[in-house]
Amino acid sequence: MTVEPYVVSNGAVVVLLAGAVFLGRAVRRNRLWREAAASLWRRRRLALCVIAVYATIALLDSIAWKGGVPAEAVGVLPGAPHSVIDRLFLDSAEASYSAPFADVEFYGGKPLRHPGGHPLGTDIIGRDVLHLALKGARVALLIGGVTSLIAIPLALLFGVGAGYFGGRFDDFVFFLISTLASMPGLLLLIALVMAMGRGTLSVCVALGVTSWVGFCRLSRAETLKLRELDYVQSARVLGVSEPGIIVRHILPNLVHLIVITFVLMFSGLVLSEAVLAWLGIGVDGSWGQMIDGARNELSREPIVWWNIAAAGAALFTLILSVNAVGDAVRDVLDPRTRGEGA
Amino acid sequence: MGAYILRRLAYGIAVVMGVLFLLFVLFFAVTNPDDIARKALGDKVPPSVIEVWKANHGYDRPLWPWQDWRENLLFDHYRRMLGFDFGLSDADDSPILERIRSGIGPSLSLTVPLLVLSLLASIPLSLVVAFFRETYIDRMGVLLCVLAMSVSMLLYIIGAQFLVGKVLRWFPISGYDSDPLLLPRFLAMPLLVGVVSGIGSEVRFYRTAFIEESTRDFVRTARAKGASEARIMTRHVLRNALIPILTQVVMSIPFLFMGSILLESFFGIPGLGGITFDAIQANDFSTLRTMVFIGSLLFVLGQILTDLSYGLVDPRVRFER
Repeated sequence: MTVEPYVVSNGAVVVLLAGAVFLGRAVRRNRLWREAAASLWRRRRLALCVIAVYATIALLDSIAWKGGVPAEAVGVLPGAPHSVIDRLFLDSAEASYSAPFADVEFYGGKPLRHPGGHPLGTDIIGRDVLHLALKGARVALLIGGVTSLIAIPLALLFGVGAGYFGGRFDDFVFFLISTLASMPGLLLLIALVMAMGRGTLSVCVALGVTSWVGFCRLSRAETLKLRELDYVQSARVLGVSEPGIIVRHILPNLVHLIVITFVLMFSGLVLSEAVLAWLGIGVDGSWGQMIDGARNELSREPIVWWNIAAAGAALFTLILSVNAVGDAVRDVLDPRTRGEGA
Repeated sequence: MGAYILRRLAYGIAVVMGVLFLLFVLFFAVTNPDDIARKALGDKVPPSVIEVWKANHGYDRPLWPWQDWRENLLFDHYRRMLGFDFGLSDADDSPILERIRSGIGPSLSLTVPLLVLSLLASIPLSLVVAFFRETYIDRMGVLLCVLAMSVSMLLYIIGAQFLVGKVLRWFPISGYDSDPLLLPRFLAMPLLVGVVSGIGSEVRFYRTAFIEESTRDFVRTARAKGASEARIMTRHVLRNALIPILTQVVMSIPFLFMGSILLESFFGIPGLGGITFDAIQANDFSTLRTMVFIGSLLFVLGQILTDLSYGLVDPRVRFER
């Protein structure tokens, strides 16, 4: 039995929302996390709101169902699943390029089906650019999220294991890290994608493999430090099992590092995907692909600028917000920089 | 010292062996030679043609040693890579070593000036920002850095090509000429883009290094003795912060040989980055794995050199463990 992608996507939305509620309650219960969250909100209100808007768009674009397509819609497969965002643009297809809010086609001047109905214009085959730009949000968050979901557990598994148990396993992990770190990042990324074949999952796996090394080092070093602390030693003396010590005493002390790493890693991952898109091995529907396509559009006469402007602005705003939040998260959570100011 | 060098070298060799094994897994076990042949020749060729192609490229053997102890691709892969016998390109049958040799010059002509120019631009800027720390100049500087970091490299390149190349017509949009008189014209725009796109993260990194250094005791002592702030910044802070900065520069030297995939492919520079780009477009797996191998080799060499030079420069570092 094969599950259709849109069903998986709907399920993921439910899991994500449940996870968000759970996280929110967990943060509210703990005084330190509550204060950190409040401090973050005070410092980066605008950036957090922007990220929330992107996340909402991405979630709306992930909830999809079949049917309900009007019979007169042009260029839409009636049997395929459509997301909430898709449904806002069901009957928006034109024949070719049109400028923002234009009444006629950009080349040739033929009348549009929806005069003035495309706030960001349409692309080469007449798709609404606003629609494409909104759909890019889901792709970007998917890349950052899925990759982090691969990279961070991997890094924790090896890093905490190496730091806690030491010995042979530590040697092995250290060798693995040195090997991966010695391969040029972008080249390894390309090699992985080429070997695994192109597609969203293989891009995420490749990004995950190339980005877990740094956090693995960090968590290994931190575990080495934590292992020697008095309360961990007394837990061991009291006979707490090794997995128990790791889960109860080591991992909770790494959570702030996980949060910092996740936020700081995120923007780099989305930007890397844009580079992959230029190399022709990116993810379908990403802003990177839209920007890549714009190279030819800028050499047209007169130039088509709204496509790259929409994708570039959407990408820039998201990355800027995440970077701004990342700095604040580090200031709030990292005890070494706390109180140093923005 | 001697024992340390030996141990360091042995570890470096082990890492290179590990890299080669990873490459073997990726390019022989995951994407096996049949896939590579089919990508080079197309889907519709008869099996006999594929066998001939595999024989010509040295792929006509079993993968693992337990299948055939003498004739297998794993040992062959190690033997050829370590002997710098990279063979023929999977895409157009040209000798890979020749192409790499011809690409080093153009790559270096881009990356060496790029490194020098970015250092010249970002170190003074970050000194200024660090000098005015906790003031509005510092806040603005950091804000500008974050803004510059948030723009995709693709946008920088496309924007520069459009604005400088097409609208202002100052420099050619792309191209390359090794004639020393024409070269600067072709390199100007890639250099500009490279410096501007990297300046945000560099200034931020150096600013942190400078500020960290300026909280040290010797800075307080210098201030107590009445040294001017400018003198403290240049004589005490800059000099000490140069150690981590220089480490980073030394570490990045090996990668100068690899060129820049993005800049070279956009601006048509026939360096190693451009070769890599072509290899990706043409599914040229043999060139790609050679490039990864050379990159790792250079990285390992650079790291060994950095570690050793640390001991020569910094008297606090001792090699005995």
